[in-house]
Amino acid sequence: MTNAIFTGLMLGGMYALIAMGLTLQYGVARIMNLSYGEFLVAASFASYWLFTGWALNPLLGLAIVVPIGFGVSMILYRVLLTPLVRRAPTRDALEVDSLLATFGMMFIVQGIMLTMFGGAYFSYSFLSIPVTVFGETLALNRLIAFGLAVLFGLALYLALTRTRFGTAIRAVAVDPSAARLVAIDVTSVSAFAFALGGGMVAAAGVLVSMFLTFSASSGVIFTMKALMVVVMGGVGNLLGCLVAGLALGLSESLVATFVDPGLTLAVNFALFLGVLLVKPAGLFGRAQR
Amino acid sequence: MLWEENMVSSVTRLAAGLAAIAGVASFLAVGPALAQSSVKIGYALSRTGPNAGGAAVTTLPNYEMWVKEVNAAGGLKLGDKRVPIEVVQYDDRSSAEEAAKALDRLITQDKVDFILPPWGTGLNLAVGPILNKAGYPHLASTAVSDRAPELAKRWPNSFWLLGTGAGAANTLVELLVKLRTEGKIGDTVAMVSVADGFGIDLSAAARPALAKANFKLAYDKTYPVGTQDLSPLVNEAKALNPDVFIAFSYPPDTLGLTEQARIAGFNPKIFYTGVGTAFPLYKGKFGANTEGVMGIGGWNGDSPAIKDYLARHKASSANGAEPDRWASSVTYASLQMLQQAIERVGKIDRAAVIKDLQTGTFDTIIGKIKLENNLPTKYWWVGQWQGGEFYGVGPATNEGARTPIVPKPAWKAQ
Repeated sequence: MTNAIFTGLMLGGMYALIAMGLTLQYGVARIMNLSYGEFLVAASFASYWLFTGWALNPLLGLAIVVPIGFGVSMILYRVLLTPLVRRAPTRDALEVDSLLATFGMMFIVQGIMLTMFGGAYFSYSFLSIPVTVFGETLALNRLIAFGLAVLFGLALYLALTRTRFGTAIRAVAVDPSAARLVAIDVTSVSAFAFALGGGMVAAAGVLVSMFLTFSASSGVIFTMKALMVVVMGGVGNLLGCLVAGLALGLSESLVATFVDPGLTLAVNFALFLGVLLVKPAGLFGRAQR
Repeated sequence: MLWEENMVSSVTRLAAGLAAIAGVASFLAVGPALAQSSVKIGYALSRTGPNAGGAAVTTLPNYEMWVKEVNAAGGLKLGDKRVPIEVVQYDDRSSAEEAAKALDRLITQDKVDFILPPWGTGLNLAVGPILNKAGYPHLASTAVSDRAPELAKRWPNSFWLLGTGAGAANTLVELLVKLRTEGKIGDTVAMVSVADGFGIDLSAAARPALAKANFKLAYDKTYPVGTQDLSPLVNEAKALNPDVFIAFSYPPDTLGLTEQARIAGFNPKIFYTGVGTAFPLYKGKFGANTEGVMGIGGWNGDSPAIKDYLARHKASSANGAEPDRWASSVTYASLQMLQQAIERVGKIDRAAVIKDLQTGTFDTIIGKIKLENNLPTKYWWVGQWQGGEFYGVGPATNEGARTPIVPKPAWKAQ
């Protein structure tokens, strides 16, 4: 029982980690980034390259890959997405436009990875050491990823709720036109939120690469999972992300242990549907006015 | 080898792609000249999409290496002169429709002389009728299907070189029976399988075979494709303390299960995993811990021809990549067969080449091959990592079969 719970928590932490960047990009900047998973895999490749080519510890690699993720996303938003934001008459229109633009971007990022690394599977071993926690054996790399997911989640949550700039970000998430009335530079804040999401997805890619096997074409799996967690938790809500991720992870591991591993997907989607039926805006989402 | 083919591929499809552009670049040199100036060989492979991972390891490096080697020798020998190979290639984006379209194009528009098959069971089944109708030889070297004998009969131009899922499962069980008779293992088996083509076929064949041999199947569960944490399965299996652990898994799961078994200190006497065990990636990731791990595939690692092939493959492919120790050598052997058949016929006569493939004897890196009813008579079904090489251990009657190391040494801390 304890083992199933621990496994579930760690899996859930990973799901939350994967989804946090998307909730920022989608919730605040209103960019439905379909190339999200590709960026995650790109960060995994970066980490793989740093680890195998330069013997750089992936945890130190975070210090390189995350700022790059932030920078690239910032440029992307400023160059590619700002014209769309300007042109879009409403938020809904922006969602559709950004969906198409990032769909195209997905192919570009994937193509670059295929050219650089080929289509094969990649995997490396880092800190896959058994550690005993409360009498249960767990993998250290997964434990670290879980710890950092919680840390990042809480840090971002506190930054958004306790700082002035965080409040501005939330204001833009709630109502961009009203935010403009109180002298918030909506474009800058959106760009920052999108870039922050880019940094988060880079962090997720690095951490996940420590224990998952990936290839240039596995991005879509992560986009889907992230989308599920984000929608279930409430778009733009970090705490919702964490809770939804943990709920999915726990349900998956409990079902795999006590019922049948074949039913994990079914339970995931049942939970997802159940939440949406009761709370259409997600666990922590506010209903649209 | 059907993994991930059913996964969400629609979103990942990349528009025609670099491969196609490279392929189209070779339009000019055709013309119905009297003397053949080149032999046009076409193929559509999964350069993108869920199949790309398998095609990039097993198929593409062999196609490229073979073409390079043949052309370095001056080309294919047609009659008394050598004619270089010219390649036309496309990306099938891991989709059956795209593969069919690409092959139609190769046949009607590019008018290629021969076609090399796509990667994977699903795509080979999909293009079977097209190649049959157009009368091209179809040397399927990466397809495992229980329908292989029936297909070979229906499409006499098709050759199914990797065998049937039932063959894989039955050989494994035969090996287990032998080891039990020798007193090396008991009779408790834990089995997990991926809920997709490969896992379903092989577990369905293994269940009755295990029951008939009086093995006790203590744990028998399936898991969905793309499961990201397999520790519940490993922990459950470990709690039952089985003698034998069998996983009919796809590459990411094969790596995940092995990793988790090592973390959990799960040390059954036999640890068998599915597709991916024979990949160079597996050795790269687990190093010395691969010792004693069994998996699907294997080859005669002591044979000079295989050693030479391994060295050439490393020299030829990007980053010095090694071949996988299962379908790679079969794929290369299929190309040798095609070459020998073409050269024996001495001209581009596809019907005669098919006839020669059906009846001839071929000298390949995996030994002499003579097909019976378009199927080989020998396969490697169970391999085992021994001292950094994945040797074939089953069927034990195959030439070069090694004695399995049982029990598998316990996992070492890395």
